[in-house]
Amino acid sequence: MLPIIFIIASLVTLIAALRVVTGRNVFHNALFLVLSFVGVAVLYILLEAEFLAVIQILVYVGAIAILIIFAVMLSRRLMEKGESQRNAQGWISAVVVAVLFLLLAFMLAQVRWPTSLAAVPANSISQLGQSFMGPYVLPFEVASVVLLVALVGSIIIARER
Amino acid sequence: MALASIPLSWYLIVAAALFCIGLYGVLARRNAINILMGIELMLNAVNINLVAFWRYGSPNVLTGQVFAIFVITLAAAEAAIGLALIIAIYRSRDTVIVEDIDMMKW
Repeated sequence: MLPIIFIIASLVTLIAALRVVTGRNVFHNALFLVLSFVGVAVLYILLEAEFLAVIQILVYVGAIAILIIFAVMLSRRLMEKGESQRNAQGWISAVVVAVLFLLLAFMLAQVRWPTSLAAVPANSISQLGQSFMGPYVLPFEVASVVLLVALVGSIIIARER
Repeated sequence: MALASIPLSWYLIVAAALFCIGLYGVLARRNAINILMGIELMLNAVNINLVAFWRYGSPNVLTGQVFAIFVITLAAAEAAIGLALIIAIYRSRDTVIVEDIDMMKW
């Protein structure tokens, strides 16, 4: 049962991602990106990281994808159909990417991964909060400063002159 | 959830495929927003890797999830600034095709 759900979720994610990188209409690509993000959230749930799945939907779908759609709307040109979206190195990058994937998949399928049979703690969200306030408080504070800088910086960059 | 029914390598191969698809999006597209979507796909692939290794490696220590949350945070910050740059470039050059933004090219 679980492998079937995994295969369906991965296929949805990967096919939506393929549609994102090969589509002609930027807005449609953004919508398929949303589908890809939701597929990744399903994979997180299969991996028993439910909090991360909800955060993925909240941040990626709810903020980043919406931001991308805003930017698409704010940078629309009058006549966009008809031009190919592939640039000069389209074919060779497809070959390189395919070779890279075959290399990675071949290597990943062969390694005997050490697997731990421990269980996920029942209070994983509480432990997550404690690790943010405990061992990882410094990256947490730095991430807050990064978000502040990104906020102020993007307002200044995209300001009306 | 039965851990043995889905081997770890399946998750890693899915993440590798997503990474390669995102990489193609970055390398082969002309619209800057399409390139940014490829970057977001690559970051998602990295996150799947992190969470899969957390679950199959040491699920009692939550370091993998913490790392993934930091990656999501930084992806959001980078998307915000990238899109602000794209909007600013569109305002002054009236294009978002990266091949036409070649003022600094010699």
